[in-house]
Amino acid sequence: MSQHIINLIYLLAATLFMIGIKYLSSPDTAKKGNFLSMIGMGAAIGATLAAPEINGFTLIIGGIIIGTVIGAYIAIKVKMTAMPQMVGLLNGCGGAASALVGLAEFQSNSTGFTPFTLITLLLSLIIGGLTFTGSLMAYAKLQGLIPSRPVTYRGQQAINGIIVLATAALSWLVFRDSTNILAISGVLVFSLGLGVLAVIPIGGADMPVIICLLNAYSGLAVSMTGFALSNNALIITGSLVGASGIFLTKIMCDAMNRSLANVLFSAFGKVDESAAASGEPPTGTMKGVEIEDVATILANAGTLIIVPGYGMAAAQAQHATRELADYLGEQGVEVRYAIHPVAGRMPGHMNVLLAEADVSYDQLFAMEDINDDFAATDVVLVIGANDVVNPAAKTNPGSPIYGMPVLDVEKARTVIVLKRSLNVGFAGIENELFYMDNTRMLFGDARASLQKLLAALKK
Amino acid sequence: MDTGTIIIGLTIFVLACFAGAELIAKVPPTLHTPLMSGSNAISGIAILGALLATGHPESFNSISVIGFLAVILATINVVGGYLVTHRMLQMFKK
Repeated sequence: MSQHIINLIYLLAATLFMIGIKYLSSPDTAKKGNFLSMIGMGAAIGATLAAPEINGFTLIIGGIIIGTVIGAYIAIKVKMTAMPQMVGLLNGCGGAASALVGLAEFQSNSTGFTPFTLITLLLSLIIGGLTFTGSLMAYAKLQGLIPSRPVTYRGQQAINGIIVLATAALSWLVFRDSTNILAISGVLVFSLGLGVLAVIPIGGADMPVIICLLNAYSGLAVSMTGFALSNNALIITGSLVGASGIFLTKIMCDAMNRSLANVLFSAFGKVDESAAASGEPPTGTMKGVEIEDVATILANAGTLIIVPGYGMAAAQAQHATRELADYLGEQGVEVRYAIHPVAGRMPGHMNVLLAEADVSYDQLFAMEDINDDFAATDVVLVIGANDVVNPAAKTNPGSPIYGMPVLDVEKARTVIVLKRSLNVGFAGIENELFYMDNTRMLFGDARASLQKLLAALKK
Repeated sequence: MDTGTIIIGLTIFVLACFAGAELIAKVPPTLHTPLMSGSNAISGIAILGALLATGHPESFNSISVIGFLAVILATINVVGGYLVTHRMLQMFKK
């Protein structure tokens, strides 16, 4: 196949990717969009295999079969609650692939590079490498393989700074002499190290930002590989992914009222201790409540808003939530869900879980669409959410989350909080909501509580 | 690579960034997770580079090994990404 035809097919593939994203603007067309995107990918791969440069197919076919088996296996097995780490893992694979393609290119043509090609090759190696290890660290934190709290140690910033400088110095050596295998390997090793060190000081609650950012990085790495290989399909696709990752990163940061630099460099837990200590302790007492009392409150409610958080995912309580909501709906209660942008561990995490439990997507409301309605609501049921419903964000300038947009749940007549234990949230911040006059605390595993609640209502 | 090619490449890059930003801003929050996994899948397009590296050399050498690993990883990215996206989108019902 001639190079011109191949390039035209690449253009077709890029167009299909864009149409695929366009169709994601509504849940009705989204599935079709994903199929179109798949067709684009298939066409691009087919055209590449028909290129005159391809001489042997044994390794290619072997690699594709192995990759397909592994990819399909993990995609089918993964639980919806584990989607954030799944996305992290796949991101890592993409980053590693870009870095390896860069490495292969260095080996195959070690003398004839123009300066521009060399720069883009180095960037695909560096960005791809740190995306790989950074994603693996994010995966390990979300999966609970390593502690999700921020890991900090003395001289952390200095060590990171030295590694960045060393990477830059080695890159300069490669730029001067692109046959210097030792320097190339050094760049790769330091990039891998940088990915690990950049993610360990970031806590579990900040992972939504990191997952988005790594998504953007994997796109950038692909674009750089595209520049190095003069392949427009890679350039366009990489920039689409980069734009998507950066857009979501910004939404996540805005939803926490923090800058990206603050998320990346400020080891959240450490900042909290001092700030929380300076803030005033909440006044009032926490009021526990029994299942039967909650059942009575719910039975007498006309309107209910459910606020899910990471605790719902951790307790796998999405199905129990929907069953309770369905029953109340049949009894004439108006049930809606309020979703905070950073509820859960990645953008849209709660929406996917509730969709899995067969909750209709027109019952799910974004924060800005439902926040004015809390004042006119009888009951709010907070299931495993904490910081996103903390009124201190609005009232207490000493609170570390002061300024973060939160759901105005305290304005409802009664707030029922389902919570596993008395422990404070991820950020280690006291929640004033729990001490308010109209708040009742229902302690215990969220799924068990919801099931008991439903049984009590049916009696 | 001559300067003309570089400039065309940069032009494509900048335009695609803006086009991408426009398209993505229209995706509703409820579909943000499928957006991530779907864009994840297309970033597996790096597989094209991996295929060229693996199929290129006449004889088996270190490039073949690196390319082979890249093909496996990029395929996991593509297949896994599209499949989880499909699984999620199937669940969104009215």
